[in-house]
Amino acid sequence: MKIMVAIKRVVDYAVKIRVKPDKSGVETSNVKMSMNPFCEIALEEALRIKESGRASEVVAVSVGPTQCVDTLRTGLAMGADRAIHVEHTGTLYPLSIAKILKALVDAEKPGLVILGKQAIDDDCNQTGQMIAGLLKWPQGTFASKVVLDEENKVATVEREVDGGLETLCLDLPAVITTDLRLNQPRYATLPNIMKAKSKPIKKLTPQDLNVEVKSDLEVVQVMEPPKRKAGVVLSSVDELIDKLKNEAHVI
Amino acid sequence: MENWRPSYRLLKYSFFDRRANLKFLDSSRTSTPGRAYNFSRSCELFQQDVCFQRRKFSTFLRGSGNGVMASLQNVDDNRCRIGYRNFASMASTTVRNPSFSVINSDDIDYFKKILGESGVVQDEEKLDDANTDWMRKQKGSSKLMLQPKSTQEVSQILDYCNSRCLAVVPQGGNTGLVGGSVPVFDEVILNVRGMNNIISFDKASGILVCEAGCILENLISYLDNEGFIMPLDLGAKGSCQIGGNVSTNAGGLRLIRYGSLHGSVLGLEAVLANGTVLDMLGTLRKDNTGYDLKHLFIGSEGSLGIVTKVSILTPPKLSSVNLAFLACKDYTSCQKLLYQAKRNLGEILSAFEFLDINAMDLVLKHLDGLRDPLPSSTHNFYILIETTGSMESHDKEKLEAFLLQVMESGLVTDGVLSQDINQASSFWRIREGIPEALMKAGAVYKYDLSLPPEKMYDLVVEMRGRLGTEANVVAYGHLGDGNLHLNISAPQYNDSILSKIEPFVYEWTSKQRGSISAEHGLGLMKANKIHYSKSAETVKLMASIKTLLDPKGILNPYKVLPTSLLSHS
Repeated sequence: MKIMVAIKRVVDYAVKIRVKPDKSGVETSNVKMSMNPFCEIALEEALRIKESGRASEVVAVSVGPTQCVDTLRTGLAMGADRAIHVEHTGTLYPLSIAKILKALVDAEKPGLVILGKQAIDDDCNQTGQMIAGLLKWPQGTFASKVVLDEENKVATVEREVDGGLETLCLDLPAVITTDLRLNQPRYATLPNIMKAKSKPIKKLTPQDLNVEVKSDLEVVQVMEPPKRKAGVVLSSVDELIDKLKNEAHVI
Repeated sequence: MENWRPSYRLLKYSFFDRRANLKFLDSSRTSTPGRAYNFSRSCELFQQDVCFQRRKFSTFLRGSGNGVMASLQNVDDNRCRIGYRNFASMASTTVRNPSFSVINSDDIDYFKKILGESGVVQDEEKLDDANTDWMRKQKGSSKLMLQPKSTQEVSQILDYCNSRCLAVVPQGGNTGLVGGSVPVFDEVILNVRGMNNIISFDKASGILVCEAGCILENLISYLDNEGFIMPLDLGAKGSCQIGGNVSTNAGGLRLIRYGSLHGSVLGLEAVLANGTVLDMLGTLRKDNTGYDLKHLFIGSEGSLGIVTKVSILTPPKLSSVNLAFLACKDYTSCQKLLYQAKRNLGEILSAFEFLDINAMDLVLKHLDGLRDPLPSSTHNFYILIETTGSMESHDKEKLEAFLLQVMESGLVTDGVLSQDINQASSFWRIREGIPEALMKAGAVYKYDLSLPPEKMYDLVVEMRGRLGTEANVVAYGHLGDGNLHLNISAPQYNDSILSKIEPFVYEWTSKQRGSISAEHGLGLMKANKIHYSKSAETVKLMASIKTLLDPKGILNPYKVLPTSLLSHS
């Protein structure tokens, strides 16, 4: 069985982000970029499934500008067998990504598609669900545990939901999106980094896949959240009640 | 001379000539871990008196450093070893200088007048904290802590203390490892944590002017916003203050790239013992007008003056930072790796640290949330190489070519390259967390030595031979600067272990013409050890400078220089 993992190149999790002065977006030039942490977890899960013998190949896929190749190389260094880079500069929204991935799935025919639950730059949490919808495949989102059965027919997925943990059984092929507690991604060791240099990265464009990338959304403005105001130290209970009543209007 | 009391004689002689043969020491002394020992000293005193009969008392006249040094060379004729020095026992054998006054209520009133109520701290709990050093090995008994908010207040305090002959200990973050930042007896603690303003920052030149109480990590965050970094970085950054860093000439992880503070500090403002404010707060890169006095204060550990403001040159924050965590099978490979790194990585190399297998095991055992980056096999040595540059693609190419070469040549047996900032932080946490892990493991004897790189690990091997299974010898350090942090970890403080370590470590280092304190300073712990690394004439001149700047010796007494060299009225 083949596993396809979709990964995204985003601003590094530990970087302090700044809003661009024209408020059109977030400063991304000259800022450290790396693989989305949830995508790392997705790739790690795919690699573990492969190492347990249930999968034969892990294919890493990324859609974006030329620099996405770096992120794919990281994926290959972690252990993916090959990579596909769909090149497109300009903003991409989850629906376009989902359509591109659907086209790739139709071509590659994997048994499982694993993605991170959301990207840390847009926090959309939509791509996985959209792909499942387009493919008409079952989906197990916010997975905190994934177990495949012997014949790769059914995936048992434990999901982290608001009320606790929900366990689903999905018939394969299926789409799984990963949550934080699924696993701890491995480091890219030097021997693997060297080996990754010779692993193939196929280049495609959306046109090759007959997908038209258009967006129905337009970002109007990006602003920083208002700065937290300092607290006020009050001197008596009466003053507190007065403030709650007249200033905060909560009583 | 005849009237010298035995205890006074002890003060003069104990620092160099404790001929106490070990078996004479009372073995029934209690040893609460880390606190001052209660020696039963009568037998020691007797031993010393017997030994000292033969010494010419005239050689121990005040201030005659030469005499003391000469006597050291004559150790052999008695066939007595120079006695060992336990850091904790130093506090018990040091005697309070009787010329220092004791605080009275008038003093407190005066301080309250100039600092206000909040600036005078007499609260037991806070004093307890301020009296104890980070290693928990030394505790003073000061009854008063002052927290000035401006240079003017510092000046007024020192002027008063000088006139009253009250001893003062300057204190910043209290993260020092040689007992230099806490009182020995009842010295007044002058804590500068209230002076934590950033005065100015010039974006064009990167020159930062700030007060001495600014915490290093806060400065790093502030500069981060401006696109700059501090030229020094150490594990204690969350608590240490820049005034203390400058006063101890702190080294840290990035010395290999940005040099020492003697180069990065452009100016400072210091207050002398008599309250004189020395404004040397230049912000100029080049200024060859007269003697550059600021260098006296950098590294003098608060014994010549209290640093109140610092002007420091900060390098720009470069975007591309890469970190590789590598494994080597032996120390020779580590050295060759350093050589290769300097040549092949060149200008982008920004840190080169090493730790051995014992250090790695200790960290993984005692600290949470850390995992071994190379779990597949055990390795004897781990090296952290960091590169910092302005172009990610260029740096990655250089780094990968270098790593390929060292892997193929067999210098490196395995390694990982961090793929994002989180992974890099976790690698750094392993290296920076070693001191913390050592503290959690029990008692630790800490040594900070500068040695020729090719000889560095020989000492570790010898120490392991000497200590056997009694203690865990852990080695790590700034291999790029030739600085070894040798730590001996034992379940409890124990004299027999100490006797196997000291003075062997110091003598070994001295033979290699190394430094017995690469970056930690002398403080109280090594106050009488300076002769292992500096010549007699040099030390004598240091003593003259100290007497010139601080005639009454009130600033950080009993530390840095041997007390027997300093004559106080």
